[in-house]
Amino acid sequence: MKSDIAKNKDVLAGLLFMAMGSIAFYISLGYRFGTTVRMGPGYFPRVLSLLLVGFGITILIKGIRKRGKLVSQWGWVSVGLLTLAMVLFGFMIEALGLLPALATMFLVAAYAGNEFRLREVFVLTVVMSMFAVVVFIWGLNLPYPLFAWNF
Amino acid sequence: MELLDHFALGFSVALTFQNLAYCVLGVALGTLIGVLPGVGPSVTISMLLPFTFGLAPVSALIMLSGIYYGAQYGGSTTAILVNLPGEASAAITCLDGYQMARQGRGGKALATAAISSFIAGCIGTLLIVLLGKPLSSWAFEFGAPDYFSLMVMGLVSASVLAHGDMLKALAMVVIGLFIGLVGTDVNSGFERFTFDLPELADGVGFTVLAVGIFAVSEVAINLEQNETRSVFKASIAGLLPSLADLRTILLPALRGTAIGAFFGLLPGTGPSISAFSAYMLEKKLARDPSRFGQGAIEGVAAPEAANNAAAQTQFIPTLTLGIPGNATMALILGALVMNGIQPGPTVMTRNPEMFWGVVASMFIGNALLVALNLPLVGIWVRLLSVPYRWLFPSIIMFCALGNYSVNSSAIDVYLCAGIGVLGYVLAKLECPPAPLVLGYVLGPMMEENLRRALLLAQGDFTVFFTSPISLGFLMASLLLLVSMVLPTIRRKKAQVESEEAGAT
Repeated sequence: MKSDIAKNKDVLAGLLFMAMGSIAFYISLGYRFGTTVRMGPGYFPRVLSLLLVGFGITILIKGIRKRGKLVSQWGWVSVGLLTLAMVLFGFMIEALGLLPALATMFLVAAYAGNEFRLREVFVLTVVMSMFAVVVFIWGLNLPYPLFAWNF
Repeated sequence: MELLDHFALGFSVALTFQNLAYCVLGVALGTLIGVLPGVGPSVTISMLLPFTFGLAPVSALIMLSGIYYGAQYGGSTTAILVNLPGEASAAITCLDGYQMARQGRGGKALATAAISSFIAGCIGTLLIVLLGKPLSSWAFEFGAPDYFSLMVMGLVSASVLAHGDMLKALAMVVIGLFIGLVGTDVNSGFERFTFDLPELADGVGFTVLAVGIFAVSEVAINLEQNETRSVFKASIAGLLPSLADLRTILLPALRGTAIGAFFGLLPGTGPSISAFSAYMLEKKLARDPSRFGQGAIEGVAAPEAANNAAAQTQFIPTLTLGIPGNATMALILGALVMNGIQPGPTVMTRNPEMFWGVVASMFIGNALLVALNLPLVGIWVRLLSVPYRWLFPSIIMFCALGNYSVNSSAIDVYLCAGIGVLGYVLAKLECPPAPLVLGYVLGPMMEENLRRALLLAQGDFTVFFTSPISLGFLMASLLLLVSMVLPTIRRKKAQVESEEAGAT
C-alpha cells in the first residue's frame, strides 16, 4: 500500500504543490505586506502561496481517497542527459566556442534516445552544425566565435 | 469605406517582399511540423521565438501565426495517410480520413481536408476583421477591476476546460503567476524571488519559460513513447474533387466553421474540442450515421473546417483584448510583448499596420496552404520517414542556442534546462502545462490591475461587484467552476475526453 501512495499521481502532485506553496510563503514573509489600499510587494505572493497550498492539500486528499492512478515509469536518464546536454552547451559556448559546444551537445543529447548509432549522430552533428553556422552566424549575424579558449 | 482602407493598408504591408517571404516560411514550417507527429506548434513557436528578436514585429507575427494555422493543415495529411494525428486537433480526422485512404479515396480525403480548411480559414479571418473593431472599442470602456475580472475568467475557463483534473490546472495557473512575479516589482522596485541573482532581476525570460515547458519537457516525454509509423502506400490520385464532391463538402464545412469559430473565441477551448464537436454534430445530422467511421466524407470536412476556424478566431481575444485563450496564443502574445508592443485594445489603434498586416497575411497564407498541401503532398509524406532520433537533438540545439542568443547569457540556458525538468515532472503527474504559461503571461498584468483597482476604490473589494462588466466576468467564472462540481456535467466531460482519447 505504501508503494502505491508513492506512485500515486495525485498524491505526488499535491505534495509538490504544497511544498512549492510553503517555500513561496516562507520567502514572501520577507516582503512587506502593505495594506489592501496600498499593496506591498508581499501582498500578492502571500495570497497566491496560500492558494497553492490549499490546492495542494485538496489534490492530495483526493488522491488518497481515489487511490490507483499510478505514474508511468520515470525516465530520469533521458531527462538527465537532455539537461546535461543543455548545461554543457551553455558552459562550452563561452569557454570553447560554438562548434565544440554543438558537438558535445549533440553527442550527449542523442544518447538520451532509444537508439544510439554513432555514425548517424556524427553525420547529424556535422549537418546541423553547418546549418547553425550558416543560418545563425552568417545569416542572423550572431556574434559568437566558432572556436575560443576562455578559462 | 473604412474597412476597405484597412484592407488596403493590410495588404500593402503583407505583400512587401520581406513579409511575403516570412508568410511563406511560416506556413511551410507550419505544414512541416503539422505533418510530423510529436512536433507541434507550441514547441516550434517557442523554439523560434528567440530568433524573432531581430525582425520587425509584424514580420515576426506573420511568421509565427503562419506556423500555427499552417499546422492545422499539415496535421490532417498524417491523419489521413498514416492514421496518426500529426496534430492533436486532427485526431478525429483519422476516423474517416484513414478509412477513405484505405478505400483508395485518399486523394479525395486530402482535397476535402484542404478545401474545408481553406473555407474555414477565410471565414475565420473575416471574423477577425468584423469582430476586432467592436470588441476593442468595447474594451476601451474597461476599468482596472474589469480587466482583473476578465483575466480571472480567462484563467478559470482555461483551467476548467483543460483536459484532465481541474484542480491541477488551477494549481498550475498559480505556479505560472508565481514565475511571472520573479524579478523587480514595478511599484516598489523591490526584487522578489530572485535569490540574489542579478540575471533574475528582470524576471524569468519568456523564451526561457516557454522553451523549457514546451520544448525540453516535451522531448523528454516523447522519448518514452516508442511509436511506429507506417505510411499508407496507396496512390494519392484524384486530388481534384468533382463538383458533386464540392457540393457534399460545402454544408458540413460551413457547420464545422461555425462550431470552430465559436469555440475559438472561448478561452481554454480550441481546435481539438471544435473538431470533436463538429464530428459529433455531423454524425447526429446524418441520415445514415453508420457510415461514419467507414470513410464518410463529412467526417473529414466538418472537423477539418472546425479546427481551422478555431485556429483563426483564437486570434480575436488575443489581439483585441490581450487575453490569450490557449498556450500557443500566450506565445503569440509573448512575442508581441517581446517586440515592444503593449497588448490589449490599443493594438488596433496604435499599431494598425501590424494588426491589418497580420490579418491580410492570413488570407494570403491560407491560399498558399492549399497550394502547399495539395500538389506538394508527396514531399510532406516523404518527410514522415524522418525518424525522431534525428529530430530531437536538433530541437534541443534550437532550444539551447536560441535561449543563449537572447541575452548571450549561459544562465538563461541553465534556467531553461531546469524549467524543462520541472515541466517533465509536472507532465508526468498529469498537470497540464498550458495554464501555467497563461498564468505567467497574465500574472504581472493581473497584479497591476488588482492594485490599481483597489487603490482607486480605497481598498473596497466590492468594486469588483459594482462594476457591471466586472460582475459579469466574475459570474461567468463562478458558473464555470460550479458547473464542474455538478456530477452530470463532470461525467459528460470525462466521457468526451475518453472518446477523444479513443479516437487517437
